Amino acid sequence: MSAVWSSLVEEPDAHMLSRVAESIYWLSRYVERAENVARFIDVNLQLMLDDPSGEGQQWLPLVNTTGDHQAFEKRYGKATQQNVIHFLTFDAENPNSILSCVRAARENARTVREIISSEMWLQLNKFYLMVNGAAEDNSRALGHPHEFFTEVRNANHLFNGITAATMTHGEPWHFFHMGRMLERADKTSRILDVKYFILLRSAQDVGTPFDDIQWAAVLRSASAFEMYRKKHGRISPRGVVEFLLLDREFPRAIHFSLLAARDSLHKISGTPQGTFRHPAEKLLGQLCSDLSYASVDEIVNAGLHEYLDDLQTRMNQVSGGIFETFFAFKTPNTVKNSTQEQRQ
Amino acid sequence: MRFLDYNVDEFFDEMFGEDGQPRASARTLVRNIECLPENELLNRQKAAERALLQMGITFNVYGESAGTEKIFPFDLVPRIVPAAEWSRVEKGLKQRIHALNLFINDLYHDQKILKDGVLPKEIVLSSKVYRKECIGFNPPRGIWCHVTGTDLVRHRDGQIYVLEDNLRCPSGVSYVLENRAVMKSMFPQVFAQSKIRPVANYPSKLRDMLEFLAPDSITTPRCVLLTPGIYNSAYFEHSFLAQQMGIELVEGRDLVVDDGYVCMRTTKGFERVDVIYRRLDDDFLDPKCFRPDSMLGVPGLMEVYKKGNVALANAPGGGVADDKVVYAYVPRIVKYYLGEDIILPNVPTYICSEPDDLQYVLEHLPELVVKAANESGGYGMLVGPHATKERCAEFAEKVKADPRNYIAQPTLALSRVPTVVDGHFEGRHVDLRPYILYGKDIFVLPGGLTRVALKKGSLVVNSSQGGGSKDTWVLADAPVTEQDDFHHSPATNALTGAAA
Repeated sequence: MSAVWSSLVEEPDAHMLSRVAESIYWLSRYVERAENVARFIDVNLQLMLDDPSGEGQQWLPLVNTTGDHQAFEKRYGKATQQNVIHFLTFDAENPNSILSCVRAARENARTVREIISSEMWLQLNKFYLMVNGAAEDNSRALGHPHEFFTEVRNANHLFNGITAATMTHGEPWHFFHMGRMLERADKTSRILDVKYFILLRSAQDVGTPFDDIQWAAVLRSASAFEMYRKKHGRISPRGVVEFLLLDREFPRAIHFSLLAARDSLHKISGTPQGTFRHPAEKLLGQLCSDLSYASVDEIVNAGLHEYLDDLQTRMNQVSGGIFETFFAFKTPNTVKNSTQEQRQ
Repeated sequence: MRFLDYNVDEFFDEMFGEDGQPRASARTLVRNIECLPENELLNRQKAAERALLQMGITFNVYGESAGTEKIFPFDLVPRIVPAAEWSRVEKGLKQRIHALNLFINDLYHDQKILKDGVLPKEIVLSSKVYRKECIGFNPPRGIWCHVTGTDLVRHRDGQIYVLEDNLRCPSGVSYVLENRAVMKSMFPQVFAQSKIRPVANYPSKLRDMLEFLAPDSITTPRCVLLTPGIYNSAYFEHSFLAQQMGIELVEGRDLVVDDGYVCMRTTKGFERVDVIYRRLDDDFLDPKCFRPDSMLGVPGLMEVYKKGNVALANAPGGGVADDKVVYAYVPRIVKYYLGEDIILPNVPTYICSEPDDLQYVLEHLPELVVKAANESGGYGMLVGPHATKERCAEFAEKVKADPRNYIAQPTLALSRVPTVVDGHFEGRHVDLRPYILYGKDIFVLPGGLTRVALKKGSLVVNSSQGGGSKDTWVLADAPVTEQDDFHHSPATNALTGAAA
């Protein structure tokens, strides 16, 4: 079988260290995560600004969606705007804060500095110095959060652009790209979920101008508003779900991101599309097919939150499969034994 | 900024003569600096520091909170070495490395030099870094010391001395390359006017040297750089060199011995490695052979090495020639193997295991620098003139208890180079570490790391103890002729007037 495959795909002659592949994968995920936390907070800020009554000052849902609410309640108590923004942005003890993500990304980058381009390192280091500086004196960032979060987004855009333009699109790059796309798919699903947690003051609000404004804010936080308009025109809950979940062409949509991650995964392993050689390829392939044949009506009728929850679980399984296949510590003996088992 | 009130004091200054005039090699630079608008040099200094911070050329500050990183302080005023002087240094270093390599090889084979009584047997055999595991071993191409960073100092008498042979894992060459990159962007016009020998080809030379060590049967050898990991203070250098050479940077956990070969763990299984540039001390290389508690090395590595299935640079065991007591005998070693007089002299050295020397040392501690045989980085050291009575007495006891482990040298008045301090120039003491590669032939990088003691009067240049660095300019030829239309203000006349 492998003879057939090798005629189909060109195997690179030198492969990368597992440890390096893992660092690149996480480096990319952390940078993407930092950007998405900034997007999260921004969507909430937008929602609050558009709520003239001020009754909808809800910041706890944001902590809920990131899954860190216990740690938050213990250390901060009340979920005020200041508290939540500080927790999600500058709290070094919160492993998913922007500061922690950028630090972790940089630590990973330090271990693979010789693999990534100097330009990438320089930009990531500037990004880190910017966030670190803002954390030391956070009055500006907390006083003008929108400005700061835009800076975070732009720093990541720049980093991604530099990466695409300066790093050879070989195996390391595909690990980078796969990490970014999996992280983005996961975080877009959480941005969609934010809306679920924002409690409507009453059922009558559904379908009102206020509801539309909320959905528009969700789109904006994914930089999707204008592209959505071109495709769907009117803002409707179903349209937004379809766009952010199922669109194959919008680069922050979940489906788009998973297809891109799948492409990179197959480029790395050399397995032809539509087939699989290990669990990660199988799980990710199934997930992509399901999204290809899903319809928004079915999803909304069955419950968007439940659907997203299931999607997140499956994406976690894909990540687990990638770890097992490429990064897990193995010795020559375990590999020889497992090959023998397969032969038997 | 002007050199108007710059004073060379009673020291040898690398930039200015005793008469306060710039040396011929430094005139272009002095003129250039003095022509800069007010504050421009300080602005450039700040820009250089910012560039180093953004490039992440930093070291961790221990004991401070996470994320506290400092740049290795860098001073914009370079040390300039005239062409003729460098040519002598280069010859001297080649001679020294050549002899030391023959010496190491002899120690692990016939020990002729010991049999002939040139140096006492006990000194070598009692050395902690004499590796019995290496006896009888022939390293690839007969080379033991592939990368050396010899420390040179200049005394008040103008003479350049060898202070230390660093034959194990000398670090700092990355700063040479980065400092040069910064200087070229800060002073492009000076580079255009002077013939400064480039250093940028060091990574290519290093890679060539490593590939030269691979077994003959391998046409495209896989070379890797083995690092202790991200927490090592020289980690930046390891990743920088690996990147510049285009080779893999590996940690011990990335490598495994399988079936008589060293392999690295890749995403597609195990792949063979042919040459390892290791930046890990002998002790940690292989827990099966050296320290059993090492988590940083590769179990079984030495076995593969001895079979000739992998090359290591530098060769394990080579550190024996780096012992500070052995150092004292290097002039005799050079004479013994090459039949030549040593070109670059040693600093006069008292060997505490010799009774007469020991007595002298104990009587003159406050004037001497005493060093432990196997320490580096400025540790295990007494600087007599700067030490309290109590400290001297304490050290005397240590020396008496273990004389074999100590040497002493007169306190040198290290030469100085003008350095930017609080907005003006002050002389600061420097040393110089050139880098030497031993492959197909011996290559000396023109330049090296000039380390500077930033504290006033201090002689300790180590980065861990308040040292910084400077670029080192080796001139290819006499500097470009003085431009006749150069006008200097009367104020600077006294300093620059001796042109041509």
